[in-house]
Amino acid sequence: MIRQFGPADILFIIEAVRWTLLLSVIAFVGGAVGGLIVALARSSDSIALRRISAVFIRIFQGTPLLMQLFLFYFGLAVLNLPINPLLAAAVALTFHASAYLGEIWRGSIQAVPTGQLEAATALSLSYRDRMQSVILPQAARIGVAPTVGFLVQLIKGTSLTSIIGFTELTRAGQIVNNATFDPFVVFGLVAVIYFLICWPLSLYARRLEARMRRAFTR
Amino acid sequence: MAQSKQLAVEMRGVSKFFGAFQALKAIDLTVETGERIVICGPSGSGKSTLIRTINQLETIQSGTITVDGIELTAGGDNVGKVRREVGMVFQQFNLFPHLTVLQNCMLAPLKTGRANKSSAEATARKYLERVKIPEQADKFPAQLSGGQQQRVAIARALCMEPRIMLFDEPTSALDPEMVKEVLDTMIDLAREGMTMLCVTHEMEFARAVADRVIFMEAGAIIEQGAPEEFFGNPRSERLRNFLGQIA
Ligand SMILES: Nc1ncnc2c1ncn2[C@@H]1O[C@H](COP(=O)(O)OP(=O)(O)O)[C@@H](O)[C@H]1O
Ligand SMILES: [Mg+2]
Repeated sequence: MIRQFGPADILFIIEAVRWTLLLSVIAFVGGAVGGLIVALARSSDSIALRRISAVFIRIFQGTPLLMQLFLFYFGLAVLNLPINPLLAAAVALTFHASAYLGEIWRGSIQAVPTGQLEAATALSLSYRDRMQSVILPQAARIGVAPTVGFLVQLIKGTSLTSIIGFTELTRAGQIVNNATFDPFVVFGLVAVIYFLICWPLSLYARRLEARMRRAFTR
Repeated sequence: MAQSKQLAVEMRGVSKFFGAFQALKAIDLTVETGERIVICGPSGSGKSTLIRTINQLETIQSGTITVDGIELTAGGDNVGKVRREVGMVFQQFNLFPHLTVLQNCMLAPLKTGRANKSSAEATARKYLERVKIPEQADKFPAQLSGGQQQRVAIARALCMEPRIMLFDEPTSALDPEMVKEVLDTMIDLAREGMTMLCVTHEMEFARAVADRVIFMEAGAIIEQGAPEEFFGNPRSERLRNFLGQIA
């Protein structure tokens, strides 16, 4: 039974945006924490930490996000936990984001000139203070643009969770399309909504980068 | 003579390897408290590596280093203790670009618990005055000339009230017209009795303040002596050649 695409469908799709946003926020916050740990481990003096974090990054960057979603989703069942698409999606995307942000931030940390670390060390700052007060603020400037760039990828990546049945923006579009069979209008609307979320972020990234640069050369 | 003065630095048989390459070859070196040492030698001879072992920016593979009676290689927090007594100035200044001049000077005293905010600021302003740039306190490093940046770097190190100062070619990255202001600052510091080890090819500075000049080549100390002797009557052929080149 095919019905006309109408205002109720638009509302249904727009309401699903919050799940896309919620999932993006969870994955980004979780990924930021995980990514910082991974980046610090990757650039630490300990060979063991460097190896473990490298393997972690390789696994999550070297396999499709969709497979990771499947594994976490069905993994819940194997562990006899209730099937919960939001939980599976949140965990999978957090690991995914941890690996990518970890690698981005490792690069940012290592792009800070070694003289900075040497000066901080010679001033007898502790590891924590060297990182917190000297290296990370400078790495943040280097890493901000690729980080927001990744956030845009992550938001678009949440659309894959529709496949494990999580009703976010894309899944809402599929549901509406199944009832109205008006794919160009439905998925056109869905695409526009993704664009409206992601585009300001890209603009913001550019502004942030410019501001950081000014702060250094003022 | 040996026992009457306390030793600031004592190196015994210090060897440093980068992989298979030996950058320091069983170096013996003692520096008395208050002594001013200038180290020179061709590029790649191990000068930087030598002074960087003193605050363990480079670890060593054999030998012992004792700084102000604290043995670096003995473990515990000895490395931390030594770093709190040793200030270092780098060729590339290495100021923290995201912090103002004042913040650069206050960071280490605050973070290491040496000082609270107001005393750290007072100390910072005192040393910025000493290096003659108190008016730049609120600027960022990028707004300063190279000579000013290097003087800030000296002030920043002094804020930790070190007993020993290490300089690694502090004027090599400067435009010629800025060399003098940095050397003058270093000369003032030397006159106040600071123990100093300076890697530099500024022979005018060496003549003015050095108690001893050391010539290194290929990871070894080839010759050393008081400046008059060192420059006036070099014994080794290699030092004569070297002095001929830099003159
Ligand atoms: N991190 C490093 N890794 C490998 N070799 C190094 C490293 N640092 C210095 N060296 C080598 O050690 C030697 C001494 O270097 P250095 O102490 O910087 O010389 P100088 O300061 O006298 O120019 C050089 O041959 C240099 O190439
Ligand atoms: Mg050098």
